[in-house]
Amino acid sequence: MTYIHKIDSDRCKGCGLCVTICPKHVLEISEKVNTKGYFPAFQARPEDCIKCALCCSMCPDVAITITGAEDADQTQQAASTEDNDG
Amino acid sequence: MGKTFAKPEALSDQITHYCPGCTHGVIHRLVAEVIDELDIRGRTVGVAPVGCAVLMYNYFTFDFLESAHGRAPAQATGMKRVRPDLVVFTYQGDGDLASIGMSEIVHAANRGEKITTIFVNNAVYGMTGGQMAPTTMPNQRTTTSPFGRNVDEVGMPIKVSELLASLQTTAYIARQTVILPKHITRAKKAIKKAFQYQIDGRCFSFVEIVSTCPTNWGLTPVEAVKWAEEKMLPYYPLGEIKTPQ
Repeated sequence: MTYIHKIDSDRCKGCGLCVTICPKHVLEISEKVNTKGYFPAFQARPEDCIKCALCCSMCPDVAITITGAEDADQTQQAASTEDNDG
Repeated sequence: MGKTFAKPEALSDQITHYCPGCTHGVIHRLVAEVIDELDIRGRTVGVAPVGCAVLMYNYFTFDFLESAHGRAPAQATGMKRVRPDLVVFTYQGDGDLASIGMSEIVHAANRGEKITTIFVNNAVYGMTGGQMAPTTMPNQRTTTSPFGRNVDEVGMPIKVSELLASLQTTAYIARQTVILPKHITRAKKAIKKAFQYQIDGRCFSFVEIVSTCPTNWGLTPVEAVKWAEEKMLPYYPLGEIKTPQ
């Protein structure tokens, strides 16, 4: 079982609560704006992520999700459709 | 190690209109998660307040009614008495519940209506532009108290939970907050308990949630969390204030 941590950059309002709560300092605020004109959060150091879901629980806009994939193929597929850079 | 996390089914896909960092979003999610976990989405009716959460019916996938300012408990009373099988909850802010709707909530609690109230206390009127609310902290600056709340003129902030707990009617009354993940877990437990008491037909249940309003406090979302922790939590202590015997 692998886990995919994904930020929906169009839902994100860039409040930064997830950035401060992340114990591994994975997240940062992007320099690009999203469709609503906010600067969304993105995974600056995704390899450090331990999938603790603290950011998900703190996010007021339910923009962050963690989905489980059974095998590596699904992980690859999901990762390729993912939009991390905001 | 790791866990999955997804948006609850009771929450719609629509992006909320709340300001960045507003904890209304977290409380909406907790309510939706509890409704999913208790499997009551088909028979739940919410009553939306007047305030920032006035459009909250757009964000849930079950029935909602919009009430006049402060009158949500009265409307919920009517629905619950006509259809006792429904799960009825009101979601109100401090301007709505503690100011104009004070009589409705006190009498609904005193009658022991089997409804649930989620009370979001962010110490300010949010939607109307940051005026002083009954729950505004002493010396807190708002647009109608530009020199800070003067307690000699307008009194101390009202502790609504303690006020309702002083009534002799059986009730479940708790105060929680959602400013940090550990608090969010406890707040969800309290909300779940409140809904469970209603489903069991035991008593009126009330959960106050100390919340933040970064925009009207003039702080960043991260500073607002610190402010709530330092200034509000000592005055509004967390925990269960009253539980049914």
